[in-house]
Amino acid sequence: MNEKLIVSTSPHVHANVTVRTVMVDVLIALLPALAASAYFFGVRALLLTAVTAASCAAAEYLWQRLLGKPVTISDGSALVTGVLLAMNVPPTFPFWMAVVGGVFAIIVVKQFFGGLGKNVVNPALAARAFLLASWPGAMTSWTVDGVSTATALGILKEGGQALPSLMDLFVGHVGGCLGETSVLALVIGAGWLFWRRVITPEIPVVYIATTGLLTWILGREGFFTGNGLYEIFAGGLFLGAIFMATDYVTSPMTVKGRILFAFGCGVITTLIRVYGNYPEGVSFAILIMNLVTPLIDRKVKPLRFGEVSSRG
Amino acid sequence: MKHRLFRGGVHPEGGKELTKDKPIVPLDPGGTLVFPLSQHIGAPCLPLVEKGQEILRGQLIASPPEGRLGVAIHSSVSGKVKSIEMRPVVGGRGVSVVVENDGLAREVSFEERPRWRELSRESILSIISESGIVGLGGACFPTSVKLNPPPDSPIDTVILNGAECEPYLTCDDRIMQEHADDVACGTELLRRIFPDARIVVGLEENKPEAIEALSGAFAAIGADVEVRALPVMYPQGSEKQLIFAVTGRSVPSGKLPCAVGCLVQNVATVRNMYLAVAQGRPLMDRVITVTGEGIAEPGNFLVPLGTLVSRLIEVAGGFKGDPGKVIAGGPMMGFALTRLDVPVVKGTSGILVQPRSMTLVEPERDCIRCGRCIEVCPMGLEPYRLNRLALLEDYDAFVDEGGMDCIECGSCSYTCPSMRYLVQSLREAKRTAAARRRK
Ligand code: SF4
Ligand code: SF4
Repeated sequence: MNEKLIVSTSPHVHANVTVRTVMVDVLIALLPALAASAYFFGVRALLLTAVTAASCAAAEYLWQRLLGKPVTISDGSALVTGVLLAMNVPPTFPFWMAVVGGVFAIIVVKQFFGGLGKNVVNPALAARAFLLASWPGAMTSWTVDGVSTATALGILKEGGQALPSLMDLFVGHVGGCLGETSVLALVIGAGWLFWRRVITPEIPVVYIATTGLLTWILGREGFFTGNGLYEIFAGGLFLGAIFMATDYVTSPMTVKGRILFAFGCGVITTLIRVYGNYPEGVSFAILIMNLVTPLIDRKVKPLRFGEVSSRG
Repeated sequence: MKHRLFRGGVHPEGGKELTKDKPIVPLDPGGTLVFPLSQHIGAPCLPLVEKGQEILRGQLIASPPEGRLGVAIHSSVSGKVKSIEMRPVVGGRGVSVVVENDGLAREVSFEERPRWRELSRESILSIISESGIVGLGGACFPTSVKLNPPPDSPIDTVILNGAECEPYLTCDDRIMQEHADDVACGTELLRRIFPDARIVVGLEENKPEAIEALSGAFAAIGADVEVRALPVMYPQGSEKQLIFAVTGRSVPSGKLPCAVGCLVQNVATVRNMYLAVAQGRPLMDRVITVTGEGIAEPGNFLVPLGTLVSRLIEVAGGFKGDPGKVIAGGPMMGFALTRLDVPVVKGTSGILVQPRSMTLVEPERDCIRCGRCIEVCPMGLEPYRLNRLALLEDYDAFVDEGGMDCIECGSCSYTCPSMRYLVQSLREAKRTAAARRRK
């Protein structure tokens, strides 16, 4: 034998799931939503996505090169952040602002905290909040078929226009951020993620169900006046519940913890939507629950072996 | 049939198809055999032979020091003692009896006991002890000691472990298929030792031939033994998980199976109990699966103990391609060898060769908090957290978080997308924490 035998401790096999395969699966799951945004908002939606994705990847690359760290863009996480950020801005959003958002997400929210796995809040969502605070006008100008409009949630809050139909909400023919528009496309993406076992259903299901129930119970017009179904299809709930709240790094690690987390997201989303000044509450709800995640992980433990039987 | 499944677990790729239809073939051990004096849990044995001495197959060549835990070692070939010296063994070096095989297989005369069914519990246990039998599943715990639990924990369920949940390994499967009669007779001995206990064989449902063979063998001799097919899930063959699957009972943290009235024996061990008691044959050989994508002709072999790994590989057609890793045991819990001139010992269930192209070289990355390791841990631990504590060398917190309950099954590392060395760090930390506790 010419070369030495490789020696390492067991196990000597691996499930073949790596950070990279996970990220690739998330990107695949985003394709239907991306296609829907291109269909409803035109090619600009794709360009905008390319800009955010490229700026995130470039920011990560440059940061890591400058600091002499190993470059990790090949794991795909920066690309995912970039695409998710695009999903969270309006189709008319200026490109240069999108670049600022991408750089903010990667450098400030992710790398300042130590990179993938160490960040406290979801980079794309934090960047969205940052953009909203910096350029509220650009972040809330909506168009459909070239005509400016309001989002369904905006109309629910302020009145004015006629509400889009439930069917339009489901298919995506409404104003909103790139990724929010088509519930159908998002659900297809969720199916992919479940099937590939990238995420488990607890967070999306509990989050959406909680929001539907609570918006119905708390109702905008008083108790039990809400239209829960309309509320869950409107705005960014499906996008947030499927793609943002399920971010590994910033959500709890146990099943019970995730249920608690998703329930909290649903409660905060509803409170903001019904009682807050701001029409949509998904981003802030998830960001707030991101901050609570370390606490949940400290308190909510898996059942140890042997504890099962003692509880019957 | 209703069965429970323990929480967690993984489905590593089987690899069993390489050898599961390969009958057990006796293997010619070659010229030099090495018998390490320390190959069981317990004190190292003292040699009973001298350099230059002629010995026979089946002859006692070493035994544990008087009154200490340990079991005897017998020669598996006839020939001459070449030396008693330090030799490389699995996991390091150890004093060993080196034997030059004369190839004649001259045996001592084995004392057959046609009336073995009437032997007393005490005689059975002492024969088992003198025959050098240990748990062949890999733990190598002296069987006679295990069969003699403290009187304050009565055994009501004896479980034969035929799960063989390690990927690639098929030696137990083949034994159950080809030697079901011996296994069945072995359960009669267990019945003598534990007259009131229920006896159950637990094996994974992907072994239908073994299930059939065993059921037939039990029926043929009228043995009251249940054959229980369990879901295919790693680590089904781990004692605690197997007991839970069969009885629904959980062995408490830090306790032995007898705490819940259970006793687990590997099927190959039970077979050898029978060979020892009824035919007077001590443990001289064992069935080993030599397999992997890096082996030319994978198969199951009846291997005389002390045979060198290099000989096994030679008999199995040699390497196929460039060998990357040679593993003693299975891919989940086995031990990667640094060299091939180490001998097969009682606990060696397989030799697995991975070609260089298959060997893992991925670097470790930061934890992405995906929760997979928690999901798969059969003990309900949080491997990512234990890993962090192990790296911080915070052993008090490590113990508080249940680190000592880790069964080192490797499911966490198997599944981690960040390739973190989870079980690897836990193993170390467990040892350090245990050593500190003893101080
Ligand atoms: S922590 Fe221990 S018991 Fe749990 S999966 Fe890892 S090796 Fe297995
Ligand atoms: S499986 Fe690996 S990446 Fe996922 S939580 Fe566990 S240690 Fe972290």
